[in-house]
Parts: sequence; C-alpha cells; structure tokens
Amino acid sequence: MRRKLTVFLIISICFILQCTLFQAFSFASISPNLLIVAVSSFGFMRGRKEGMWIGFFSGLLLDLFFGSVIGFYALVYAYIGYVNGFFRKRFFPDDIKLPLILIAASDLSYNMLVYFFLFFLRGRFRFGYYFLHIMLPELVYTILVTIVLYFLILRINQKLESIEKRSASKFV
Amino acid sequence: MKRKSKHSIPTKYTLLILTIFCVIVMFVSFTLNLSGGPLNAAAGYIFVPMQNGINQVGTWIVNQADELASLRNVMQENKELQAEVDKLTQDLNTIKLEQYELNNLRELMELDQKYPSYEKVAARVIGSDGGNWFNTFLIDKGENDGIEKDMNVIAGSGLVGIVIDTGPNYAKVRSIIDDASNVSGMALSTADRCIVNGNLASMNENQVIQFTDLKCDDNDVKTGEQLVTSHISDKYLEGILIGYVSAIKRDSNNLTYSGTVTPAVDFQHLQEVLVVLDKKQSGNPRGNK
Repeated sequence: MRRKLTVFLIISICFILQCTLFQAFSFASISPNLLIVAVSSFGFMRGRKEGMWIGFFSGLLLDLFFGSVIGFYALVYAYIGYVNGFFRKRFFPDDIKLPLILIAASDLSYNMLVYFFLFFLRGRFRFGYYFLHIMLPELVYTILVTIVLYFLILRINQKLESIEKRSASKFV
Repeated sequence: MKRKSKHSIPTKYTLLILTIFCVIVMFVSFTLNLSGGPLNAAAGYIFVPMQNGINQVGTWIVNQADELASLRNVMQENKELQAEVDKLTQDLNTIKLEQYELNNLRELMELDQKYPSYEKVAARVIGSDGGNWFNTFLIDKGENDGIEKDMNVIAGSGLVGIVIDTGPNYAKVRSIIDDASNVSGMALSTADRCIVNGNLASMNENQVIQFTDLKCDDNDVKTGEQLVTSHISDKYLEGILIGYVSAIKRDSNNLTYSGTVTPAVDFQHLQEVLVVLDKKQSGNPRGNK
C-alpha cells in the first residue's frame, strides 16, 4: 500500500512537472521525458511485472490528457517497463552506466515508436529530420535530467525496500 | 525474496492480456470517437488543481523576473508606442469613415453583419503535451463552464485551435500548428479556398505551417495575404484569422498553389486563450467537407 501510494505520487509529480514546468524550461521547444525515466527505472529496479503496470498507468495518464486515442501510450509505456524488467538481475544500485544506457534506449525506442505509428504512417517520411531535431535533443535532455531524477527514485526505492524488509521480518 | 503464490498469472500472460486490452480500447475509442468518460473526470479532478497551482507559482516567478527586465525597456517602448498611437489614430479615423460607408452600403443591400460578435469565455493554459511530437494543450475551463467539443479557440485576433476533448474542469485543445491538424482556410481578398495543415518540421525550422490546394488565378495570392477560416469548414467558424502567407509557389500540376503560413498567434508564449462558445451550425445540409 505504502509502495503503491509512493509510486503514484512519483508518477504524478513527474507527469505534472513534465507538462508544466519543463515545458517552460524547454530548449528549442524540446522538453525532457520524465515519465520514461520513472517507468524505466522502476522497470529495472523492481522487475517486469511492476515495470509493466507502472508503465501502463503512466501511459494511461498521458492518453487521457494528451492522446488522440486511449490506449496507445499506455501500451508503449507498458512494453517499455516490461522490457526494462529483464535487466533487473544485471542491475546494481551503485553503477550508473546500466541505468543511463537503459533509460537512453527506452527514450529512443519510445520516440521511434511514436514516430513510426503517429508520423510515418501519416506520410511524414523525413526520418532524418525528426531524428536529428526531435529524438536526439530529447535524448540528451532526458539523460541530463536522469542524472538527478534517477538518484532520487533510487533513494526512494531503497528506503521503501528497507521498510518492507523490516516489517516483513517483524511478522514472519 | 520473491513470493509467488500458486495462482498468480505469469507476467507474460498479463502483458499479453494488457496488449489485447489496449488494442481493443484503441480501436473502440478511434472508431466511436470516445474519450475516457468517467476516467477523464477522475483524472481531471486529481491533476488539474495541481497543474493550476504550479502554473500560478510559475507565472508569479516569471512575472517578477519580467518586471525587472522590462522596466528598462519600458521608457524606450513608451516613446515608440506614443508615435504609433498617433499614427494609428489617424488610421482609425480613415477606417471609421470607411466603416461608416460600408455600413451604409450593407444596409442598402440588406445584409446582416457578416461576422457576428461571438460569445467567448477566457481560459488559462495549464499544461502542454508532455512529449515533443504534438501540440495539444490543456485549459482550465471545461464542461462546467459550458465548453463543448469542437468549439473554436482563439487568442488575440488569431485562431489557436479547436477543443477536441473535455473533462468537467478542463478541456483539451489541438492547436493549428499540431502535426495532425487540418483547417479549411481561404485567402481573405480573393476567397480562394485551401487546406492549412500543421507541420512539426516546418514549425520547428522557421515557425511556419503549410497550406496546400489553393486554387486561384495566376498569382492572385501573394505573400503577406491573410488566410482566414473558410465558409465551408464544418467545425471552424468563418473568417477567423489563421495567419499570413509567407511563401507561395505553384504546384507541379499547374492548377493549385501551396506554400507556408506564419500563424497570427504566438504559440510559444500562449498563456490565455478565448474559447468561442458559439459552434458552427451543424444541422445544415452539406455536401462534402
């Protein structure tokens, strides 16, 4: 319960900051993707199942507010959370290389999917342009934000896990 | 660490179920044009107040910073504006005369006022699309304030976009520079119709959007021409300024023209918009769009 509430809060804060504050901080109308950072980090910290559900609900939030059809972002984010979950066994909290690579890959694949389904299929074929002017800047910006946000999420997760362990040992 | 009960479904299958569920929902919401319904309302009540709060804080900070910065420019600007006021007053007088003449002529022709003054409600922009691909944003007025889907949104004198979805206390607006937006427009002086479609790439490159399929006589429409919403559009009210033609060229079919439009609205600094509460009459018998 405590975990669910915390995760909900993290997602809400990321979502709200992403569509208000970071729109104001955008460079050349590019803003970072905080939700991807949250979904991806919970994916590799907590495993496939949690990653998937967290992704699903964050995506649903985007769908409700900004999507043209309900379900598209939910699906994309769910898959991103799920795939990140495969790396749980290789994940060590002290090492930032793997999280950075995973989050970067997630952001890139998210943008590729959005490009393919929502732009390419409508006949916008200038992939090179979109790659250089949308995906790459967003990737760089997201990674910059990741360096701060990731450690925050990591600390919160560690705190939660230690609380859970304590209460589990108390009862069992 | 992991406690797995015997009856839990493996994650693989949950993912599969979720996928199927999402695909079905996508199809349903696409074909039936449904939106979240109660989900919209719930999300609206939770998130819109928070967005409002952040926006108020943000606006306050920006205002403080702006005040300091602008104080220096104000004196200079004041002088320039005074000169402009003088010039505009002169212009206004001429225009008043012309208006008077026009009114007389209209009365003669028993024409109604062409553009009735629409009823409008002001709303504040409280959040824009989280991603970088589309240009939709949220405003802080919704069904409770009488806003419905397909209402036109303007700012200043120009067209901003159209309401595509509503919640009880918020509404979603698709701006005309959104990549998926299409507006039926026409050249103001010649009433030649065209399609204005938003374009992410050209908007990023040089702040213009595109128009296509303009049928006009040889070089009738030139750069600087005003494009307004056309009378055949089934969602946009007639005669709202879209922008100014910034480049135009003849298509390879030699019949139509296409080019770029500079929008009349500054989308980078959009803070407050007006929602036109009158909707285009939709009961009229119409041919194709």
